[in-house]
Amino acid sequence: MVMEIVCPAGTPAALRAAVKAGAHTVYCGFNDETNARNFPGLNFNRSEMRDAVSFAHQHGSKVLVAINTFPRAGDEAIWHSAVADAETCGADAVILADLGLLDHTARTHPGLRRHLSVQAAAANADVINFYADTFGVKRVVLPRVLSVPEIAAINAETEVETEVFVFGGLCVMAEGRCSLSSYATGLSPNMNGVCSPASHVDYSEDQGVLDARLGGYLIHRVDKGEPAPYPTLCKGCFTAGSQTGHLFEDPVSLNAEQLIPQLQKAGVTALKIEGRQRSKSYVAQVVRNFRAAVDALEAGRPMPEGMLARLSEGQAMTTGAYKKTWR
Amino acid sequence: MSDPHITIPHCPAPLAAALRLVPLAPLSLSLTVFARKIARTSPGLFQRLGEYRQTDFVLDPVDLPIVLCLNPNDGRPKVTLTRGRGKGVARISGPLAALLGLVHGAFDGDALFFSRDLVVEGDTGAALALRNAVDDAELDLAQEAARLSGPFARPVQQLIALAERQTGLCLTRPEDAVVW
Repeated sequence: MVMEIVCPAGTPAALRAAVKAGAHTVYCGFNDETNARNFPGLNFNRSEMRDAVSFAHQHGSKVLVAINTFPRAGDEAIWHSAVADAETCGADAVILADLGLLDHTARTHPGLRRHLSVQAAAANADVINFYADTFGVKRVVLPRVLSVPEIAAINAETEVETEVFVFGGLCVMAEGRCSLSSYATGLSPNMNGVCSPASHVDYSEDQGVLDARLGGYLIHRVDKGEPAPYPTLCKGCFTAGSQTGHLFEDPVSLNAEQLIPQLQKAGVTALKIEGRQRSKSYVAQVVRNFRAAVDALEAGRPMPEGMLARLSEGQAMTTGAYKKTWR
Repeated sequence: MSDPHITIPHCPAPLAAALRLVPLAPLSLSLTVFARKIARTSPGLFQRLGEYRQTDFVLDPVDLPIVLCLNPNDGRPKVTLTRGRGKGVARISGPLAALLGLVHGAFDGDALFFSRDLVVEGDTGAALALRNAVDDAELDLAQEAARLSGPFARPVQQLIALAERQTGLCLTRPEDAVVW
């Protein structure tokens, strides 16, 4: 069975590009705080979502709607209506993280397939089986802190499908529990759908030296000609004592393309590409690359060499936790 | 691992030199008319700008002696060319080829940012909204220019194609690759 490629789309144009490039499945979100990529100019209104699902279905692709932030007390109706509207739009599944929202969806939309977001940080078989038994979750997106043997161990103990990230921004924190962005800006991916919200980011370049500030704090300074990173605190360059460096994580992107055969052997169902904040050009290039890789695997051909370095943060790539060399 | 560095072409020096002499007022007026025509065919672009529909943007092609000041003006955009730094709350700077490549969806904005071919200053949220709105609009400036040229559409298209070949600038929207 061909491994499923799950691709990001921040706009209807990106969704169409993903489908044209061969995405089996596309994930996207509504243009509000219910999804973890709530950036200016991104995402879908209800009408766009309906049209996007229709376009994808016409061409044999599925659409998953990410409703993966944590509802604010007193405002749960915003998240409830997002679930209802995703079902009305014809979405093939919703990607959820919050226990209350999972419960609400299981009770009031039993026919709507439920996936567990990476934001739920479900990293062992016991908790995954709990989500499946209690809320009927059919698939879990695994956090980016597991090695391939750990993923195989999970798959040996659960019937729930597993989806793993293979390319894109590398979040090294326990997702759904990281509050770094909140400390600097008051906004977080968990509650507001934004890690390092653009409204709090300030760049300035002077004689080729680029400074990035988040919430007024200087978090990067790169010299002329050096690649620029995203303005996230976890990839920030800090001075502590006498040492200056990337204390949490280097600014690199995940690329597990060459590990796809091992991930298949570990029982993984779907391969997820990060990047709903990226352009349709990125989406098309990455989807084509990974579709070629899984098709080659299925046909018994060697894995093609990737051409994706330029699209990567820091223009550098890592296999992340899958090989555990960075811990 | 592939080489992450691709070269973004720079605008030919004679064109840049000519822009030092050209009167900018008629050019600004022409670009405003052009932008308003595009606005009529791409209303979604302005909806996607959200709270930034009336924001002053500065687009700075670093290989030209001018900058382009753009106010979307809630769907009736106004374009002003100037030889100074221009005034705006958000500034996007890069070679003309990079800016045109973004408009036509040929390049990824984040990748250009990583490689330092693109610099964003001022209101990052506004710059991001503009980039995302333009990316979704799937604009083709050459096609729009040809459409506005009436009976001269064909020679205009041929001229643009020639200019694209000669300069390496991305003047048209590349076709999406389709697997079906």
